[in-house]
Amino acid sequence: MTEKLEACETQPVVRKKTPLQGLSDTVYGIFENKRVRFSFIVLILVLTLLLPQMSSRYTQEVLTNAWFYIVVCLGLNIIVGFAGLLSLGYAAFFAVGAYTTGILSSHYGINFWATLPFSALAAIIAGIVIGGPTLRLRSDYLAIVTLGFGEITRLVVRNLRITGGASGLIGIERPVLFGVTLYQIQHFYYMFFVLAVLAIFVSYRLYDSRLGRAWQYIREDEDAAEAMGINVVSVRLYAFIIGSVFAAIAGSVMAAKMTAISPETFAFMQSIMILLAVVLGGMGKIPGVILGALVMVLFPELSREIGPYRMLIFGVLLLFLMIYRPQGLWPDHRT
Amino acid sequence: MSFQEIFLQQLFNGLLLGSFYGLVALGYSMVYGIIKLLNFAHADIYMVGGFISLAILKFFGGTFLGNAWLGIVTAMILTMIIVGLLGVAIQRVAYRPMFNAPRLSILITALGVSMILYNAVMVITGGEYRAYKTGLGYGGFNMGSVYVTHTQAILIVASMALMLVLHLFITRTMYGKAMRGIALDHDTCRLMGINVNKIIALTFFTGSALAAAAGMMAGVYYGSLHFFMGFVIGIKAFTAAVIGGIGIIPGAMLGGILLGLLESFGTQIPFIGSQWKDVFSFSILILILIFKPTGLLGKKESERM
Repeated sequence: MTEKLEACETQPVVRKKTPLQGLSDTVYGIFENKRVRFSFIVLILVLTLLLPQMSSRYTQEVLTNAWFYIVVCLGLNIIVGFAGLLSLGYAAFFAVGAYTTGILSSHYGINFWATLPFSALAAIIAGIVIGGPTLRLRSDYLAIVTLGFGEITRLVVRNLRITGGASGLIGIERPVLFGVTLYQIQHFYYMFFVLAVLAIFVSYRLYDSRLGRAWQYIREDEDAAEAMGINVVSVRLYAFIIGSVFAAIAGSVMAAKMTAISPETFAFMQSIMILLAVVLGGMGKIPGVILGALVMVLFPELSREIGPYRMLIFGVLLLFLMIYRPQGLWPDHRT
Repeated sequence: MSFQEIFLQQLFNGLLLGSFYGLVALGYSMVYGIIKLLNFAHADIYMVGGFISLAILKFFGGTFLGNAWLGIVTAMILTMIIVGLLGVAIQRVAYRPMFNAPRLSILITALGVSMILYNAVMVITGGEYRAYKTGLGYGGFNMGSVYVTHTQAILIVASMALMLVLHLFITRTMYGKAMRGIALDHDTCRLMGINVNKIIALTFFTGSALAAAAGMMAGVYYGSLHFFMGFVIGIKAFTAAVIGGIGIIPGAMLGGILLGLLESFGTQIPFIGSQWKDVFSFSILILILIFKPTGLLGKKESERM
């Protein structure tokens, strides 16, 4: 009788792992080894640097897009993953950056590199304007407010004359680096790759910083964090601002790559895709988010044959993932 | 047009638009009140409702016992039942396993469901507009100097009737009482012998059925359907629910009508063209969330995220 009782007591504590979870944990466990991880990273770096020399234009285009996605996903990860704030209008910040560069470059002829600080500044202002009054709200209300702001940004950009209306801006100047005008896909491949590496580096530094720990503390227990003397609202605002600067810089470079931008690039679906990449990979875990971004870019490309069904299948996969593995493919162990 | 004519016309447009918003807002509000879930798939349920009603109408040839009005009514009842069951099925498959998961996970699940419904309809319809033809004609009457078709008048009356029925259901029946109880406390309701899961399913059924009715009405009113039609009305209906106070049934209706009127009169303000209409209503949403997050009819609550 007592044995039975003991068994009953211990049962809720020990959670059974499904075979799938066991397997994935083993695979990820290997990467926790420092030497394995280091050689893996070096291998990836060498491969990505050499790749443009030996691959087709199409591959380069897809991979450039992947690096771009890594940057924006890491930016959103700061907001959603680190600070635990659900944002559904992230594409708006991305639009702020792209349009700042676009307007300064095509209307005023300012050099691309000189527009980057303005783009970051615009993102900081937008982050404060949107985040300031709303970060006190409950999480799902915040989701709706950011969604509303995202839509407002898109509609304003669509209706104003300076942003070129529904047809968007054209004739954004090509950036010049060391006397070379960047126009080939290879150039942007390396440019976005550098940006992605920078974003990864900054994310890691933030993750271990005092600010990063404060974010994670708030995410886990807001009241306890506040009791420890963390100013919840201002720390959250930092997350919002830093996340939006990531998106704005990525948006600026994207504008330079495309030389034309239109409001529909920044629609609600774009925000959702970025959010899904973050959740898919594992919120708060940097390698997880990178994995999520890669899956998000590569899945539609690899499944081109099934055409319109791919987003349908994607939705079904997402549902299963949320039900059976809500923590994402490569979750953060600190949570 | 004279001032009076414009006023009457906009009042009428606003009421009609507002009753669509109100019907959809009810579903958001009920589900939010009961399980604190922002059901992103609700807007797509509305859209699916429109398409299913079109399929039923086509199946009957638009009439029932040779009468166009009877055909519409039959199609509406069938649509509400079918889509209501769809709502229950979604709740059972996607949401119930997530009731104890973090809020963010269940929100993402709702986004997943929304994506599935949206893309499924897109694949089926080929992403094209579908004409919504009814045999109702354009007969009508003059209200002052504004011409109102019978269809438009009946749409308003029908949506008001649906809201009234829902209100009576919530306030006068045991099921309604159970719903209100669950919104306050799941565990206590369980102790009182209420089958909580069953009542949650019932809530999803009612909410989805009302959204389906609104979807069908939108089809009849605008004369066409599109797989994208749920998105904007989804945000608007949510705005309506928030204006009235989310989780409060009369609040959703009030918020819907109010938003409809604000929008239709808002387009009459000089220098603000109709292309700013959506900016206007999203701004209202944000202002209300910032300054009075409990809504017009809501009570103060101290719950935190």
